[in-house]
Amino acid sequence: MSSNRILPVSRAISEAIAQEMRADPSVFVMGEDIGTYGGIFGATAGLLDEFGETRVRDTPISETGFIGAGVGAAMSGMRPIVELMFVDFFGVCMDSIYNLAAKNTYFSGGNCKVPMVIMTATGGGYSDAGQHSQTLHGTFAHLPGLKVVAPSNAYDAKGLMTTAIRDDSPVIFMFHKGLQGLAWMASPDAAATVVPEDAYEIPFGQAKVVREGKDVTIITLSMMVHRALAAAEALAKEGIDAEVVDLRTIVPLDRETILISVAKTGRLIVVDEDYKSFGVTGEIIATVAEHDPSCLKAPPRRLAVPDVPIPYSRVMERFVLPNADTIADAARATLR
Amino acid sequence: MPSKSQILWMYEAMEKARYYEDTMAAVYMEGKYPKFDIGAGTVPGEMHLAAGQEPCAAGVCVHLRADDAVTATHRPHHVAIAKGVDLKKMTAEIFGKAAGLAGGRGGHMHLLDPAVNFTCSGIIAEGTSPAVGAALAAKLKGSDAVAVSYLGDGAANQGGFHEAMNLAALWKLPVIFVIEDNGWGISVSKAKSTSVADNSVRAAGYGIPGAHVADNDTLKLFDVAEAAVARARRGEGPTLIEVETYRYYGHFQGDPELYRPKGEVAALKAKDPIRRLRDAAIADGTITVAEADAALARAKAEVDEAFAFARAAAEPAPEDALTAVFA
Repeated sequence: MSSNRILPVSRAISEAIAQEMRADPSVFVMGEDIGTYGGIFGATAGLLDEFGETRVRDTPISETGFIGAGVGAAMSGMRPIVELMFVDFFGVCMDSIYNLAAKNTYFSGGNCKVPMVIMTATGGGYSDAGQHSQTLHGTFAHLPGLKVVAPSNAYDAKGLMTTAIRDDSPVIFMFHKGLQGLAWMASPDAAATVVPEDAYEIPFGQAKVVREGKDVTIITLSMMVHRALAAAEALAKEGIDAEVVDLRTIVPLDRETILISVAKTGRLIVVDEDYKSFGVTGEIIATVAEHDPSCLKAPPRRLAVPDVPIPYSRVMERFVLPNADTIADAARATLR
Repeated sequence: MPSKSQILWMYEAMEKARYYEDTMAAVYMEGKYPKFDIGAGTVPGEMHLAAGQEPCAAGVCVHLRADDAVTATHRPHHVAIAKGVDLKKMTAEIFGKAAGLAGGRGGHMHLLDPAVNFTCSGIIAEGTSPAVGAALAAKLKGSDAVAVSYLGDGAANQGGFHEAMNLAALWKLPVIFVIEDNGWGISVSKAKSTSVADNSVRAAGYGIPGAHVADNDTLKLFDVAEAAVARARRGEGPTLIEVETYRYYGHFQGDPELYRPKGEVAALKAKDPIRRLRDAAIADGTITVAEADAALARAKAEVDEAFAFARAAAEPAPEDALTAVFA
């Protein structure tokens, strides 16, 4: 196999899991349709064949049960990876996530650990409507005790998943459906990347400057990284040099990289596919405002879903989701 | 035993639902190729079709009135049709058009028609407790209206369903839980997900009657549902019914169905419940061939008209996305 092989995000995730399962017998996977089907979004493809039904467990549709069981197993010496098929389904099982997984380390004064990965599909853009299209980045990031990861490409997905599995705290690993490289859903070409075969970690809390620029900073994550890069290309043709920062992890948040970039450009756009109010976009702007608002030469702008459920109709969904055009417009506006 | 008019009503509702799903299956593929893209085409997004499950809808809804509430699943079309949801508005909704039930905001998993007390939703077992609430409201208002909660066999393992059954039993509420057992929760078979072979036995855990309807039998379900609805209207409390039914299509359109045993669908289609009902009713003289054909023609015409309406309807304005968030 070539060392320059290109993998889609789904394969990068399943490879990270497989390598950790080979290295560590305490790692196992459970969730709905993660066995025979290989995960509805391909994140567990091939695992059942290699590891068998004991370690790759199809569950009933019982999120309260199997995610709670994941917490118990994690506290009993195992390292479960549990798939919540769509993040939108968290309503069924949130108690175990935010009242147990997130808090038991604290409740034990650090004496207990919950080394569990909850991986879950996020995102819209394909008319799956309001219960199957959310990202909910801010919802999970808001709750103390959970680390929250949202990669934009295959290289990051593998490294972040490896780190997540090895982490002794609960990690919410949010992969965007539209980045997975599925046969039945469009995906940006740039989401599939060269992925090293050997296992590697990407430390949490390290954002990546994916495009350097001097005029305006665009902070974003997950699918919106690709939209921001497209906007930056359009802006470049007009002589506007945009810097694009991929957060990669929301918790922990790499505030330093944000501040360095904004100090350089003096202009800030934050783009998130999540709801606008009380979320990631506001947190990033607050970070800058608390540190040094004088570094901003223009009011910061944010692009996110305007506090409505994700609509089904294609024209309405396109209207509420940020895209390259709206991002570029926002950047131009800050430079006026 | 159903009357002649009930037989014809059920037959027409089932043919309408079948023709609706088969039409939708074809329309759904418009614009999805050359490379299948779930977000492209005339009807985008996930599409869960219920062909084969028509008895569950017709055999229960034949006993219902407009003021009875129904909560259906992510696979809702057959039940919506049997409950009398406006077919043109429903189809326009699925096309994402302004004339749809929600003006295009909800789509195929979120069909809400208050005119006939119908809702459905996309999260598994999510409608069970709201059905209990509808039944509670009927009781508090002194009405003899009932509520029917549809769920799949996969949903019978959700905690919320069991809480709903306990609450309905505890408060003797007029609820009928109807499990559409099509054997599959996406790719996981009932045998691999459920600790009992027959979910109707779970009724015993809540002290309520449980009934099992084998092999997608419309007439048997008619009788069982008639008794359950009558019991509910009398104020004697809930009933759990499990119907062994068939899923002819995949979980969603585009599902590769690699998990499914070869020949399973063909074997199910060989005992198609709509044809069984039609043939039996003609054979015993309840209805004539001409009456059945007329019902079929009416059903198809209504569906064709609904699709034509939806196709011709206007797109919503993009900024309509911002309205209807609050009452």
